[in-house]
Amino acid sequence: MLSQIFILSSKGDRLIHKDCTLARDGRHFAHVRHSGLYFVATAATTASPFALVEFLNRLVTLLRDFCGPLSEKSVGANFGLIYELLEEMVDHGYVQTTSPEVLRNLVHAEPVATKPFSLLDLGSIGLFGAETQQSKVAPSSADRPVLLPPGEQPPRNEVFVDVLERLTVVVAANGVPMKVDVQGEIRLKSYLPAGVEMLIGLTEEFCVGKSELRGYGPGVRVDDCSFHSSVKLDQFETGRILRVTPSQGEVTLMQYQVADDVPSPLPFRLFPTVEQDPGGRLRLYLKLRCDLPPKSQALNVRLQLPVPKGVTSLAQELSSPEQAAELQPGSRCLSWDIPRCQGGSQLSALFKLEVPGPGRPSLLELGPATLSFELPSHSCSGLGVRFVRLRGVPGTPPRWVRYLTHSDSYVLRL
Amino acid sequence: MPYLGGEEAVRELRRALANPHVQADRLRYRAAVLRVIRLMAQGADVSGLFPEMVKASAGADVVQKKLVSLFVRAQAPRQPQLALLAVNTLRKDCAHPSPAVRGLALRSMCGLRVPGIQEYLQQPLLSGLRDRASYVRRAAVLGCAKMVKLQGDCEVDGALVNELYSLLRDQDPIVVVNCLRALEEILKKEGGVVINKPIAHHLLNRMADLDQWGQSEVLTFLLRYRPRSEEELFDILNLLDGCLKSSSPSVVMAATKLFLVLARDYPHVQADVLVRVKGPLLSACTSESRELCFTALCHVRQILGSLPGHFSSHYKKFFCSYSEPHYIKCQKMEVLCELVNDENVQQVLEELKSYCTDVSVELAQGAIFAIGNIARTYTDQCVGILTELLGLQQEHITSAVVQAFRDLAWLCPQCTDAVCRALPGCEDAIQDSEGKQALIWLLGTHGEKVPNAPYVLEDFVENVKMEMFPAVKMELLTALVRLFLARPAECQDMLGRLLYYCIEEEMDMAVRDRGLFYYRLLQSGVEEVKRVLCSPKSDPSLGLLEDQTERPVNTWASEFNTLAPVYGRERWALVTAHQTAEPSYACSSHTDSRSKDTGIMPHLHLESLISKEVLEVHPDTSSLTLIPDVYLTAEQFQKTWLSLDTSCHLSLPWCGTVHPDAIQTALQVVHIQTIAMSKAGVQPWKAYLSAQDDTGCLFLTELLLEAADSEMQVSVKQSEAKPEALQTFISVLRTVMGTVAGLGS
Repeated sequence: MLSQIFILSSKGDRLIHKDCTLARDGRHFAHVRHSGLYFVATAATTASPFALVEFLNRLVTLLRDFCGPLSEKSVGANFGLIYELLEEMVDHGYVQTTSPEVLRNLVHAEPVATKPFSLLDLGSIGLFGAETQQSKVAPSSADRPVLLPPGEQPPRNEVFVDVLERLTVVVAANGVPMKVDVQGEIRLKSYLPAGVEMLIGLTEEFCVGKSELRGYGPGVRVDDCSFHSSVKLDQFETGRILRVTPSQGEVTLMQYQVADDVPSPLPFRLFPTVEQDPGGRLRLYLKLRCDLPPKSQALNVRLQLPVPKGVTSLAQELSSPEQAAELQPGSRCLSWDIPRCQGGSQLSALFKLEVPGPGRPSLLELGPATLSFELPSHSCSGLGVRFVRLRGVPGTPPRWVRYLTHSDSYVLRL
Repeated sequence: MPYLGGEEAVRELRRALANPHVQADRLRYRAAVLRVIRLMAQGADVSGLFPEMVKASAGADVVQKKLVSLFVRAQAPRQPQLALLAVNTLRKDCAHPSPAVRGLALRSMCGLRVPGIQEYLQQPLLSGLRDRASYVRRAAVLGCAKMVKLQGDCEVDGALVNELYSLLRDQDPIVVVNCLRALEEILKKEGGVVINKPIAHHLLNRMADLDQWGQSEVLTFLLRYRPRSEEELFDILNLLDGCLKSSSPSVVMAATKLFLVLARDYPHVQADVLVRVKGPLLSACTSESRELCFTALCHVRQILGSLPGHFSSHYKKFFCSYSEPHYIKCQKMEVLCELVNDENVQQVLEELKSYCTDVSVELAQGAIFAIGNIARTYTDQCVGILTELLGLQQEHITSAVVQAFRDLAWLCPQCTDAVCRALPGCEDAIQDSEGKQALIWLLGTHGEKVPNAPYVLEDFVENVKMEMFPAVKMELLTALVRLFLARPAECQDMLGRLLYYCIEEEMDMAVRDRGLFYYRLLQSGVEEVKRVLCSPKSDPSLGLLEDQTERPVNTWASEFNTLAPVYGRERWALVTAHQTAEPSYACSSHTDSRSKDTGIMPHLHLESLISKEVLEVHPDTSSLTLIPDVYLTAEQFQKTWLSLDTSCHLSLPWCGTVHPDAIQTALQVVHIQTIAMSKAGVQPWKAYLSAQDDTGCLFLTELLLEAADSEMQVSVKQSEAKPEALQTFISVLRTVMGTVAGLGS
């Protein structure tokens, strides 16, 4: 099926190259992009596109498990290990195994840790670079390679259960949400030795489908949910408990989707006022209200607003000094950066846009505004993890539960 | 600075590898080997280190053995003599107590591209097939495939094939799948591995043991099994039901394909499967992996081709996110166009409208064309939106809107008035060639409805010297001659100036020739000009029939979960056609309906050729006289076509590609009207024709070409049963098609 496998840098330099078959009969290229690297496979005409993409994605996950976070540098440093892995995964162009436990016994090279390029101390940084200052701070050890060669015990037994949600929202000009979509998943990252049984209890009022009723009150409702094949669901109906015996490494236990019917209010509302001076100047008054609960906050909020083509300069009045705004001439876009926004607060900004030249700028060109942000310790669906219990392991290894919602696409029409 | 991997570096490495102290230290030895591999990967010439590296593999370190094996396999073709050195060590390793080493040695040996290696391979492979460790058996099975490939054309060893077939019963699931893969390669010439009933059911029972890669491959192998009875078919489908629920998209899609293909005679089963795959496909469409998302979107479009309503209620899932890359957004817009219906049209248009002002020119224009596409069904709403966009006075937006208008005026004549009202003022904002051509075409063809049309064209004539694009000048010539026919007083003067410029000053030969052509044409009198230029101004039938006939699921079931939907029909045909495809043909797929009138000229000689031939071959066409100028609308055609039975079915030899313009022109000559025709390069290519004789008997014809280089299937229906006239009609058709086919190749 596969003829060659490459890992290329963002500039296209060849970092890893493996010929899988003797004759190169593959004329078709498939690639996925991760962490700025291209993972490429060439294949014959009969290949299945789903299998190709899935294999490449799996390759990325495995490399991350074995080598730690991926970058041009770490791929270069772990060059021998990656060749060994590919050698065991693919023979003669056919996938032999991608199971982390099996590979762990076959692969003997040691990972070389590389320090990621960052000026910040990684201790306080969680997923996606979000700063999490809550009680459930995740230690930086989540970034180290999970799979060490046999014989070397990892320094600490730890388990991370992450509830990750991606939010896709379109809000109409009158403030009515037109589309609200939450794509969520529960991801487990385990450093424990294999064979430990784990019980993960979810919110008891968790319902699947439109009709199911559980508990009193609104509950947590998702439209659709699917589980990894290793998850045993015998206690799911009664107690909403996922039973799993994870192997070391990262695995997505559950994926779920909610559309249109999200219990909590949307995190942001925008109230714009646009005035047009006779001189052709546009006055843009933006009020951004954060409707999160008061204890939560949003980080790295960035609002982007396309402005009419002729706009040359921008004058701004922002509600606090830590905010910043600028006009990006290349994309004729206004961006307003808010590093941190507390739930329940309201921010405002006044922009004056200079539009020289004859004719009035068309207001049709203004908008729609897009927001990007991260909500640490927050799940929009309301799904929570009640407990994580371990069986068959001495002591109580640390268990970390982290929540993170981030905006996939948050569009506010003007 | 020394070069990477220069002499110096190689010499130093050789010293290190030969140093007994380094050899004694496991880690240092391995590091030296690793450095050699790194140099090799960077493209340096390290072939000189071959003996040292082979020696390094003799040690006990497995990691080192693997690295050396990589080196040996890469370097062996360059040094076949030395490679045989390595074989010795590897043969020894084949008897090593550790299965990991035995497997590795087998893999390495089979990977050596050295002549004469086969004789060393046979024995270790045969014992590998019977090894206790499944790891070794896996390597040995694939090793057999490699060995056969190395042998080239030699006779395949029957005993080996039997051995592999018997290993299909192995306990290890990966050995089973590897056997299938190896047999498939070894028996390639005989059509691959045979899946008979016992093998098929054995595989079905082992399904649960396989991992996702195995499952999806076995599902593909099962495609070639034909169940004997209905009962067996449904047993198989029941056994495989779990695969449709798998968490791996590749297994779900492979299972879907198998279901669709096996149940080819049970449309309700197919429909049921497509409903069940909806959930997995939709979640793949919203997956975090963009690449998976793209693949899924392509397959959604494939399904929509047969079941337009299938995803209509999920239309919101196909709204674009601003963070998505272009290729996803464009696919999603295509999907939105295809699933639009009465209920969601409002929301879909609202959404597409918001993309029209996007910062990216490509995306904005794509959205405008998408609205133009939807306008073929929901004309009024769309024309309203497009007209509103003109108010933005943005170059790229106006250009795209005018292009969309041109296509609409051609396909939906009822919106011509609205389009013409919107046109004034556009000329200031358009700068690009495509936009200008569209505007000029509209002004020329529908100039009588646009009051200031002559003045706009006059501006173009004034600036023709500065005009960069020859295509615009050609369009201007045609348009102005047309407008001259409608509004002579306002146009005569500038037409004279334009012709003068084109003939006397223009440097582009095509433009000059076109100018001369119109000049001579005008000399032959206005009536003659009218006869040539006043072709129909619209062709609503184009696309109608084609769009309405939903392609049955069976036409694409075998393409599902292959690369074909990802490439798209037309490009896939090109990709798979190897060298036979003409590269120039890729561009001609753009020449669709609107280039029709520019396409008349090359076919002028064709007309005379055909009429001559028809006359020569059929001196007595007296039994049949087809009358010209009988125009059937597409609706009339469709109604009549469906009400009649096929009178005659035949197939004509055909080779090469289809030139729709040539065929249409040729048919016109013998008074056969073309109702609708696929674009060039589309597969299957179809055309619908009609003709009427002097007694009022209708001949309706369908031409169908499934793939290039097959036979053209012709079905003729007749409104009255007249066998004699039918025979003559068919022979006329045969001659015309024969002539066109001869020209095409």
